[in-house]
Amino acid sequence: MAYSDKVIDHYENPRNVGKLDADNANVGTGMVGAPACGDVMRLQIQVDANGVIEDAKFKTYGCGSAIASSSLVTEMVKGKTLDEAAAIKNMEIVEELALPPVKIHCSVLAEDAIAAAIADIRQKQGKAESAA
Amino acid sequence: MGNLNIPVYLDYSATTPVDERVAKAMMDCLTVQGNFGNPASRSHVFGWKAEDAVTEARANVAKLIGANPKEIVWTSGATEADNLAIKGAAHFNASKGKHIITVKTEHKAVLDTCRQLEREGFEVTYLDPEDNGLLDITKLADAIREDTTLVSVMHVNNEIGVIQDIAAIGALTRSKKILFHVDAAQSPGKVAIDVEAMNVDLMSLCAHKAYGPKGIGALYVRRKPRVRIEAQIHGGGHERGMRSGTLATHQIVGMGECFRLAHEEMEEENKRIEKMRDRLWDGLKDMEEVYLNGDLEQRIPGNMNISFNFVEGESLMMSLKDIAVSSGSACTSDSLEPSYVLRALGRNDELAHSSLRFTLGRFSTMEEVDFTVKEVRKAVEHLRNLSPLWDMHKDGIDLDTVQWAAH
Repeated sequence: MAYSDKVIDHYENPRNVGKLDADNANVGTGMVGAPACGDVMRLQIQVDANGVIEDAKFKTYGCGSAIASSSLVTEMVKGKTLDEAAAIKNMEIVEELALPPVKIHCSVLAEDAIAAAIADIRQKQGKAESAA
Repeated sequence: MGNLNIPVYLDYSATTPVDERVAKAMMDCLTVQGNFGNPASRSHVFGWKAEDAVTEARANVAKLIGANPKEIVWTSGATEADNLAIKGAAHFNASKGKHIITVKTEHKAVLDTCRQLEREGFEVTYLDPEDNGLLDITKLADAIREDTTLVSVMHVNNEIGVIQDIAAIGALTRSKKILFHVDAAQSPGKVAIDVEAMNVDLMSLCAHKAYGPKGIGALYVRRKPRVRIEAQIHGGGHERGMRSGTLATHQIVGMGECFRLAHEEMEEENKRIEKMRDRLWDGLKDMEEVYLNGDLEQRIPGNMNISFNFVEGESLMMSLKDIAVSSGSACTSDSLEPSYVLRALGRNDELAHSSLRFTLGRFSTMEEVDFTVKEVRKAVEHLRNLSPLWDMHKDGIDLDTVQWAAH
């Protein structure tokens, strides 16, 4: 299978690989997929005092397209508010990376990872507010 | 670096290049100056000459497997030979019984043929191999019934390279008067074959895994005691009525020549390949969480099937862009299922997704092996740095206890 140049670029030079402190109240962690299916993505986002995503990190087990999708997503979410990030649709990833039809599930997984990370941070913040 | 040819080809179980000597023999059977006649033409020298070439090729194929040349039926390849053997024997013996036994790790050419017979009303038992890929003969014996007419077990597995104990199976099936078919597509030149000593009744062969051309194979059909099969392709009655169609002289000559070379050179060649295979395994086995799939001893020299845990096979192949290998990962197949062979060994889906098959052959070199070891180690390290599963493993989390959101 031939990969697009953008997939290869993200695969060979993945952006924002790493781990944030999952216990930090300003960090949301989304882990989606399953090893048995051949894809697991962990996406973490960190928001500043204004609720803007100031940092994002990922690690992904999966094919080249899954790695590229998650790498791209870390770039896309930075500087966005949680609402803006939640509006990112998988087709934007498909178009940006020129994913073939058999790899669309990778972009769906990346969208799911954003949603999961946002849900995690909102749950934490909700708790913090109700505690305050 | 004269012995390092990039990209490095380590997929000899998929297909092999045609040996130059084989290609030369084939090219002599094509043009007007060459041996282009129809071997079935009985009325002139062009036909006789072509028939002589086919006869010689038939003898070379028969010799490698310990058969009589009259027991060789040319086909288009091993897939057709599997179809002819299994459908042909099942149909011919349908009045005696409609039960067939095979193994879950067989090639699709056998499994899918069996599925077709099931649709036609036959019953098929698919045996599980042991964790090392080998069949436990007692399980086969237990599966045999009154109405069993055929047992089909492959000689060398295409994914993991393990060698089944064909002689032991043949002794059992012969004692029970059940026909025994062997898919030996991967065997020629890699492991000795003797259809007499092994009590094989039907054997599928092909040329393109043994430095011959694609598009040609053969089915061995035993004459004593006589094995009868129903033809699947009808026409001019070639190959004693078992497979009609004009014989492709150049293809047949190619298969004969590559089998002749295999007979002459296999002993020495296998020693050389085994050394390279061992060097490959020695170069990789000290890495963490690396697993060899299939038995190491009962295995052809050229095959290494290795799972690199916590790394997905397709992305690993993407990193190895200068090395041609294959993977059991779902992402490399159309089915989105990981290798059914590895799963039949009891490997979990993760390890099946994480597998690479390296197959070495005649033109592989030590330099290529050393290059591969270096590249694989680098790629696995790169991908593990990206892998959340590797992180979790390093943090001591048992991945089996994690609740995954399967998709």
